[in-house]
Amino acid sequence: MNAWTIALYAIVLREAMRFLQNRGRFLSALVRPLVWLVIFAAGFRAALGLSITPPYQTYITYEVYIVPGLCAMIQLFNGMQSSLSLVYDQEMGSMRLLLTSPRPRWWLLFCKLMAGVAVSLLQVYAFLGIAALMGIRMPAMGYVYVLPALVLSGLMLGALGLLISSTIRQLENFAGVMNFVIFPMFFLSTALYPLWKMAEASRLLRDICAVNPFTHAVELIRFALYAQFNGWALLWVGTGAVAFFLLALLGYDPARGLMRRKG
Amino acid sequence: MTRTTALCVSNVSLSYGAKRALDDVSFALDRGRFCALLGPNGAGKSTLFSLLTRLLVTREGRIEVAGFDLARNPRAALARIGVVFQQPTLDLDTSVMRNMRYFAALHGMAGRDATARIDAALERLNMRERADEKVRALNGGHRRRMEIARALIHAPEVLLLDEPTVGLDTAARRSITAHVHDLAAEGLTVLWATHLVDEIEPSDDVVVLNRGRVLKQASAAEIAGEGDLIDAFIEMTGGNDEAAA
Repeated sequence: MNAWTIALYAIVLREAMRFLQNRGRFLSALVRPLVWLVIFAAGFRAALGLSITPPYQTYITYEVYIVPGLCAMIQLFNGMQSSLSLVYDQEMGSMRLLLTSPRPRWWLLFCKLMAGVAVSLLQVYAFLGIAALMGIRMPAMGYVYVLPALVLSGLMLGALGLLISSTIRQLENFAGVMNFVIFPMFFLSTALYPLWKMAEASRLLRDICAVNPFTHAVELIRFALYAQFNGWALLWVGTGAVAFFLLALLGYDPARGLMRRKG
Repeated sequence: MTRTTALCVSNVSLSYGAKRALDDVSFALDRGRFCALLGPNGAGKSTLFSLLTRLLVTREGRIEVAGFDLARNPRAALARIGVVFQQPTLDLDTSVMRNMRYFAALHGMAGRDATARIDAALERLNMRERADEKVRALNGGHRRRMEIARALIHAPEVLLLDEPTVGLDTAARRSITAHVHDLAAEGLTVLWATHLVDEIEPSDDVVVLNRGRVLKQASAAEIAGEGDLIDAFIEMTGGNDEAAA
């Protein structure tokens, strides 16, 4: 391994260990989507009729429909959790240790991003395993094909978290992120209902859902779980990941970003 | 910058909006010297440390570390700096060794090489026997020593310490100050930010910083003259510090 990959490995390992040692975080990361799957989906199964839309080739139950959205939700919450821990690291000083190491800053932040993605993968696969035990199974190859989709969507949502962490000065300000980022992104997406269903309620809301990057993360995961490729979603998610990451780099630029404002 | 200069700060200025945090700061440190950056609270010491570690950058002035321009060649310069920040930067719930390994990896070291360097650094600070303890179990003095040991893993040429004795009791303060003086005696260049004059020995170099400006650079004995260093410091800074002791 060269110096760059040694740093990457160490940062990913550190985040994974921190996550696995924190049983409460692991448990809540699993309980949250399972509550949606078991309780919310059971209640809405009767209310929401779903027609056959790609990638599905037959009628599906509502539980089956929301599984990809819940996978993305896990990654969304994980991205925000990573962002929260970055703000904490900034307050506690350990971010300084990272940023003063002799690697390019973009690489260090990318390592942080990859560490968050690795943690989210553990959560998503654990969730998919429990869903399978509950009888909600995907095609066998879907579990393989979804891996790159999860990596990309994890990168996009993690980069969004990184961007947010570069704009927040104190942990106390983080509550706003829940109200202004997580909830709108999640509810204005195809995680819980397909676009055509949203269009029945409001064309405007449907259009907002259509441009929400989270919608495309959900669709990328949904198609991949059925071993299908969604190029449009890939383009959106890829573009979102790059854009959010570049903006986060600006936020962490020592000449203009966060550290200057913090003094 | 001469061949014997380890750290050279030339005409560095920085403003936060309208406030001038550092104003035309210049000084140089020779290799193997212990230099105290002495200034009252709010003098600009931590801001200067942020510039020296590239947490902040400025277009005004130039900083060279071991001959490397921090602006043009930041990676080479940062590789030659060891830093102990005022605020602890430790993972409390992991062991001393795991903390050290993480830092070594950030500097591109792993495996046997990292282990040997970590062992040597811990040994240097008399912390070897605590390698497997959780950081949370260490007292403040040992945590600081561990941070200093960690800053030495990659064999830096310049060691920067930003008020490293803050919050420590007298014995721990004295012990850490003595340890770092020993490191300087062994050839390491040390910049030690403080507002406590009792951490400075007569033979140390001193840069007096006040309100973002360098008032004087000389040896502690020279600055003290016939009297005490503390009196000279208070006179220079206008008594602008309640903690100088």
